Amino acid sequence: MSYEHKDFISSKCLTREEIGYILDQAKAFREINRREIKKVPTLRGRTIVNLFYEASTRTRTSFEIAGKRLGADVINISASSSSAVKGETLMDTVKNIEAMAADVVVIRHNCSGAVKFIADNVKAGIVNAGDGLNEHPTQSMLDLLTIEMAKGSLEGLTVTIIGDIAHSRVARSDIWAMKTCGMRVKVFGPPTMIPVAVDAFGVEVCRNMEEAVSDADVIIMLRIQRERMSKLLIPSEREYSAVFGLTPAVMEKAANNPIVMHPGPINRGVELSSVVADSGDSRILDQVENGVAVRMAVLTFIAVAKN
Amino acid sequence: MKTLLKNCKIVNHDKITESGILIENETISGLTCDAEADKVIDCAGAYVLPGLIDMHVHMREPGQEYKEDIESASKAASAGGVTSACCMANTSPVIDNAAIMNHITARAREIGLIDIFPYGAVTKGMKGEELTEMGDMTKAGAAGFSDDGKTIMNAEVMRRALEYARQFGAFIASHAIDTNLQGAGSMNEGSVSAVTGLKGIPSESETTVIIRDILLARLTKSRVHICHVSAKESVELIRWGKNEGINVTAEAAPHHFTLTDECCEGYDTNYKMSPPLRTEKDVEAIIEGIKDGTLDCIATDHAPHQADEKFVEFDYAPVGIIGLQTFIPLTLRLIKSGKLSWTDFARAASYNPAKILGKSRLGCIAPGMQADITVIDPECEYVFDGKINMSKSSNSPFMGAVLKGRSVYTLKKGKIVFSL
Repeated sequence: MSYEHKDFISSKCLTREEIGYILDQAKAFREINRREIKKVPTLRGRTIVNLFYEASTRTRTSFEIAGKRLGADVINISASSSSAVKGETLMDTVKNIEAMAADVVVIRHNCSGAVKFIADNVKAGIVNAGDGLNEHPTQSMLDLLTIEMAKGSLEGLTVTIIGDIAHSRVARSDIWAMKTCGMRVKVFGPPTMIPVAVDAFGVEVCRNMEEAVSDADVIIMLRIQRERMSKLLIPSEREYSAVFGLTPAVMEKAANNPIVMHPGPINRGVELSSVVADSGDSRILDQVENGVAVRMAVLTFIAVAKN
Repeated sequence: MKTLLKNCKIVNHDKITESGILIENETISGLTCDAEADKVIDCAGAYVLPGLIDMHVHMREPGQEYKEDIESASKAASAGGVTSACCMANTSPVIDNAAIMNHITARAREIGLIDIFPYGAVTKGMKGEELTEMGDMTKAGAAGFSDDGKTIMNAEVMRRALEYARQFGAFIASHAIDTNLQGAGSMNEGSVSAVTGLKGIPSESETTVIIRDILLARLTKSRVHICHVSAKESVELIRWGKNEGINVTAEAAPHHFTLTDECCEGYDTNYKMSPPLRTEKDVEAIIEGIKDGTLDCIATDHAPHQADEKFVEFDYAPVGIIGLQTFIPLTLRLIKSGKLSWTDFARAASYNPAKILGKSRLGCIAPGMQADITVIDPECEYVFDGKINMSKSSNSPFMGAVLKGRSVYTLKKGKIVFSL
């Protein structure tokens, strides 16, 4: 059993076995990350390029640390410093990076499908670090790892995702992976943030916060981006917080002792109250820790599969 | 010069007859097999239609000749069985005055393969603000007026355009897409857009503008032509308008009755269209609309783009596909499946466009008509490749596909402008 594909693009096409294998490998790397000496020689001599067309601190740093812990040479390129500003096409940029013998290129791009488009046209292994609204597959793996460690297993759990489902690649990747793992997924958010064709996801849509949290084993809060107001999705952060925010009062309606997760960065007092964020239910920092381990596992598979 | 087409299955909008066609110079002089002629063409096994008239072609000249020009578009048209085409005004500069229009018609005459009836822009520079000199452009041969590619979002501007065009007997061709509802969308809004994370364009972006324009045509007692209908509800609204006696005509593009939004699952930019590919129910409604005459014509919306322009992120790719040479094979699929008849084809691809454009000598094979004729072999099978494609661009999901049926002879004013 292994993960044997050139690229890591999508949670949608992962099998249950592949997910299990990634999580198991990540658990092993997690132990390494807790040692005093955190570096292993697995990818020594390999070159990993982080190519980010969107601002990102957390994910980029996580990939960078993951690559370095594996002994690879890691180079970061952001769109503002790349030739993209000079009008070079995405494909030309990646072909140039590939010509410099990069083994793995980790790409974040603001357009859905852009990372698959690259992967289909180059020989280098491509890892999706987020493409538009479509997917953020390493996030879904770290979410599953966090849930598995907190709850013991995945099958049969109920997860509620709350926030901007329509514009969230985290929601999409989580939904695909969780459905594959036999989990029940519920979503809740303002109707402006629920896709018109939400049925395509095979999830339950909740009508209010109580329904959303009552029987949840896991609550995932999504970040509310400030620019959403200009896009007519919500009138104010204040009202969003009152109707869709996770507060201690809402947590009291949750019967299954749920853990609380968030892909970060959190907006304290908007989607998530500080009390909940800092409570014992919160697994937000576990997610960050697991993120490095999951990315080490994925980078290892892709760099090795390439040979 | 006399040419005789023998053993023809002549397909007109109303019936199929078996006969010969005698052509003297530019004109059909009789329907007979018994005549002396300088040239005789045996059309046994073929279907002979009045030359196809494509009301929606982007020829890209002037301004974007690297994608297409009037010469390459003319070649692609004649190879595709199209003998007359309306070119859209969204060139650079925009066709918004008689001088540019005269340039285009002069080039078309020089090349001599097809007739080109240019659309003039409705508004200066297609900015949606001030009306163009429609009288001047009508005199210069404008087919009609359209800001195709851009929606006239201001209803007042559309109202005045319809009113003013009436003076010259002209119609306004409406590119009906509400740009606000369209937003940053790049495909149909539905389950496929939800799953792929591509931003969706609801069909309401089309229907809301179509009903506006139908009602404005009623208010102004003018003529509106709806371009590239993509949605089921659009067909229903146009059907309603026609039943009310409002002067509305409409067209559908072959890709909209052949493909659905499921094609966008792999992010292939050759499936990015405007309006976007929709769903099976929309495809069925469009075919039904062509069948019952709600949609008057089939028009290709031939939209050439270079390969490197399409080889980008889906969101950044330009919209549209080339269509002149897939017009016949894609329409024939509907005939083979029994959804349309040959006479439906002749009506939607020649007779009705001629009527809408006021070309009384086109659209029908009969004595006295101009000898524009398309001879179609429905069984001819071929790979649509770079050798067959005459366009400067090759942006089509059908490139490399095995297609069935094509024009084997295309005659323009009695002259063979294409033969296999």
